[in-house]
Amino acid sequence: MSEKLIEFKNVTYFYDTDEDEENRPQPSPAIKDINIAFSKGEFAAVLGHNGSGKSTLAKMCNAILIPTSGEVTVEGMSTSDEENGDLIRRKVGMVFQNPDNQIVATIVEDDVAFGPENLGVEPTEIRRRVDESLKAVNMYDFRLKQPHNLSGGQKQRVAIAGVLAMRTDVIVLDEPTAMLDPVGRADVLATVHRLNRDYGITVIMVTHFMDEAVQADRVIVMNKGSIVLDGTPEEVFSNTAAVKSCGLDVPQSTEFCSRIGIKNTVLTAESAVEEIMNIYGGGAK
Amino acid sequence: MISDISIGQYFTGNSFLHKMDARMKFILVFALLVFVFLCKSFFSLALMVVFTVFAVILSKVPFKMVLKSIKPLVIIILFTALLNIFYTTGGTTYFEWHSLKLTEKGINTAIFMAVRILVLVVISSLLTYTTTPTMLTDAIERLLSPLSVFHIKVHTLAMMMTLALRFIPTLVEEIERIMNAQKARGAELETGGLIARSKALVPIFVPLMVSSFRRAYELAFAMTCRCYTGGEGRTRMKQMKLKPRDFIAAVFVAALLAGVLVLNHFFEAVI
Repeated sequence: MSEKLIEFKNVTYFYDTDEDEENRPQPSPAIKDINIAFSKGEFAAVLGHNGSGKSTLAKMCNAILIPTSGEVTVEGMSTSDEENGDLIRRKVGMVFQNPDNQIVATIVEDDVAFGPENLGVEPTEIRRRVDESLKAVNMYDFRLKQPHNLSGGQKQRVAIAGVLAMRTDVIVLDEPTAMLDPVGRADVLATVHRLNRDYGITVIMVTHFMDEAVQADRVIVMNKGSIVLDGTPEEVFSNTAAVKSCGLDVPQSTEFCSRIGIKNTVLTAESAVEEIMNIYGGGAK
Repeated sequence: MISDISIGQYFTGNSFLHKMDARMKFILVFALLVFVFLCKSFFSLALMVVFTVFAVILSKVPFKMVLKSIKPLVIIILFTALLNIFYTTGGTTYFEWHSLKLTEKGINTAIFMAVRILVLVVISSLLTYTTTPTMLTDAIERLLSPLSVFHIKVHTLAMMMTLALRFIPTLVEEIERIMNAQKARGAELETGGLIARSKALVPIFVPLMVSSFRRAYELAFAMTCRCYTGGEGRTRMKQMKLKPRDFIAAVFVAALLAGVLVLNHFFEAVI
């Protein structure tokens, strides 16, 4: 029904190992025979604990990593074809975990301009895009500041603006909030959601925070290089046993409701309260 | 500590000097540095001093900040002055002790040299105070671009400079973190002689190197993701255009040169 933007077909990926070290045990693939598609406009969260292959999956979306076997296509272009690399990266932008290691310039607005400058966009158009992108992430007032004076959350929003200014269709975020404090996390998340809602940008967000995944349209749970669960947050988290077998927790509210034996598709504290009131709270008023 | 880093320290402002084209500023500063060496008499040097003070006022950079850029050089200035006092002789002798002679010419030269260094430092730091490091590297890239005829990759060099400047504060932060981590494990960094202290630096610089390589690797990834493929086909958001104010400044500096030469001609040379 909806348009497939990024498609993984039987994708397997092995990280390079030194061939000299013959005694090294055969490495297990970071990603094993994965088939998945992301469609336009969706907000997908990829969950998994360390070593589940979630970051590898993210890096394959814009031809940073090329599948060892199988094929990844972005709007029909295969990432295995080296000539497509740049075209694909014009469509799929990426934000990394460490905000310090992805900011290139010494002034915020110069950094946001870096992407469009590389694309050869006209100067006046770059100016327009930079201002617009900074406003979209609420960092316009900081445009002349130096990145090292910003907080982690602010830096990450600058990084997002940098991708936004390139006008990509997709933003892939690889654990963008892992190094941030709770306030920074909330800021970045709100920003990403707004971009998805208001600008129709497809978001693929790798995370290991349950509460971040809950807010997505679609949750994909990975374990040992395979996709274990794939569905709406309700579908995924109601399968408590499967989620836990991947070494992950379900959101606290879900856990609580399933323990006291009511619906286990409750995802947030608010809806848990509502549900409990519905069942037990009839006389409380 | 972080805010103390003054390499590429840009003072945010909107003055005449801030608005000037970085390329023109670069050329003019270079010219001014040459002029300082052309000065032969106190009067021509005084003209340079007046000009420098005028430039500082024009830049609206607080005097306090300018003084800060002089501070690390005080020792060098004193040392130069001291050497000149005793090694230059001539004119009236005020004081003599063994082979050391304090003469009129010696004192004059010492003062002249000290003032000369001061002017040099203030003029060049004005450039970095009023120009962002990005603009500066941009200017260098554009000024050097004729060199690409000789297959010198000017853009790559400029990009390396930008990245180096960008990562100075990050690495300073990192050093602090590593030092604290090593101190927490009982490393003694501030005691012992020179050798013991230099040895204590090894466990700081090894992790720093390792993490720098990791950063470089990640940064390269991030730059690739943003379609960076080198200098070809790149555009710039900030265009450099010479405006009337740049030519006014150039004319002004040219007039200064004339002034220096005239004063040199009419007054007695100190050196």
